[in-house]
Amino acid sequence: MLAKRIIPCLDVAGGRVVKGIHFVDLKDAGDPVELGYRYYREGADELVFLDITATVEERKTVVNWVRRVADSIFIPFTVGGGISTIEQVQELLRAGADKVSINSAAVRHPDLLRESALAFGSQCIVLAVDAKRTNNGWRVFINGGRVETDRDALKWIRLGEELGAGEILLTSMDRDGTQNGYDLELLQTVSGSTRIPLIASGGAGCPQHLLEGLEAGGADAVLAASIFHYDRYSIAHVKEYLARNGVVVRR
Amino acid sequence: MIVVIDYKAGNLYNVGNALKYLQADFIFSGDPAVVSQANKVILPGVGSAGAAMESLAEQGLVEVLQRLQVPFLGICLGLQLLFEVSEEDNTPCLGLLPGTVHKFDTSQVKVPHIGWNQVRQLGESCQSASILFKDIPGQSFFYFIHSYFAPAANEVTAAVTQYGDCFASVVTKENFWGVQFHPERSGEIGLRVLNNFLEVR
Repeated sequence: MLAKRIIPCLDVAGGRVVKGIHFVDLKDAGDPVELGYRYYREGADELVFLDITATVEERKTVVNWVRRVADSIFIPFTVGGGISTIEQVQELLRAGADKVSINSAAVRHPDLLRESALAFGSQCIVLAVDAKRTNNGWRVFINGGRVETDRDALKWIRLGEELGAGEILLTSMDRDGTQNGYDLELLQTVSGSTRIPLIASGGAGCPQHLLEGLEAGGADAVLAASIFHYDRYSIAHVKEYLARNGVVVRR
Repeated sequence: MIVVIDYKAGNLYNVGNALKYLQADFIFSGDPAVVSQANKVILPGVGSAGAAMESLAEQGLVEVLQRLQVPFLGICLGLQLLFEVSEEDNTPCLGLLPGTVHKFDTSQVKVPHIGWNQVRQLGESCQSASILFKDIPGQSFFYFIHSYFAPAANEVTAAVTQYGDCFASVVTKENFWGVQFHPERSGEIGLRVLNNFLEVR
């Protein structure tokens, strides 16, 4: 049986792991290589690193730490944040990232998804979508949640799938950082209408939320940050809880 | 000397990292003269069958691989290329194993097949595969990421994995092995499979 995946997410800025609440108020949480290695040893199924660095100067360090992460862990990891050209995609894959996640640039230039998938295969192209509730449905936001677009999240995800994305990383902006649980309605809506794997993100505060995302939400994987960073729950504890509740996990 | 085939398509970096970690003596090469002198050959694979076969042909590697007498390990696409034909771009492959590689049916399962899935080894009929799976518990989880698969019903199938129907997750014939999962991305257990391959005489 295919196991549901537990994916710790590390937001990185200027080469340090940080975690913000509602996309602001950054707190320092450590070194990406060290934290990545720790999660690898503790049984994470996969890792996601989102580079939320603001300046071009800092962005040059990304390839450097990506390479160091690739040297030290033997599970897959995704790198995202600020990727806007096919050259950047190639550079990160060459540095050892298994997948890249593309967000704002895909909205601005949907062809980037198509061209990246053609060049490197759909399996390594993750479409990251930041979605916020509106009166009818969910709206796509870009630039780290700062800029509203006129795209409907569900329609955009369907288009992304057609263009060649191999996976969807879906963040609820309403829930991100709140630890009140994933937006299950959003997850259900998207998982019910796409044929590529879905990673739930935004709002996980306890193991029960992960269970809900996988069961009620229909996600194939759950992404969480703070519940792991501050040692509130270990990955082993979370997996044991999920297994006890009938979810297939790798242990 | 182990040669990891560099055919400009695969993600070589992580296979190299795993081999480095296991302290293997290896080089990357796409030179037919170097490959034909290897003690062991690894064919990693990320990318599409069509592009990969084209690269192998351009580099003059097709016949060299077909005539290899030394232990060979194909990873992911590297497994698929061992068969006669891949439905991906309708590509004629190396033809070392009988059969056709198919695409997963999107009406049945999500495609790509991404994540950790169990590998069930088949009985004693596959003695040679057991070398690769020494000290690996049955039904262990390995990391998969692919859209095409080799069917399970084939005399070269040594282990199967269920995704919708079962597919061949490990194949073997004579000196050729193929694994559909990524041992270099499957944690400790994956490293053990690679290490077992390194120990094959």
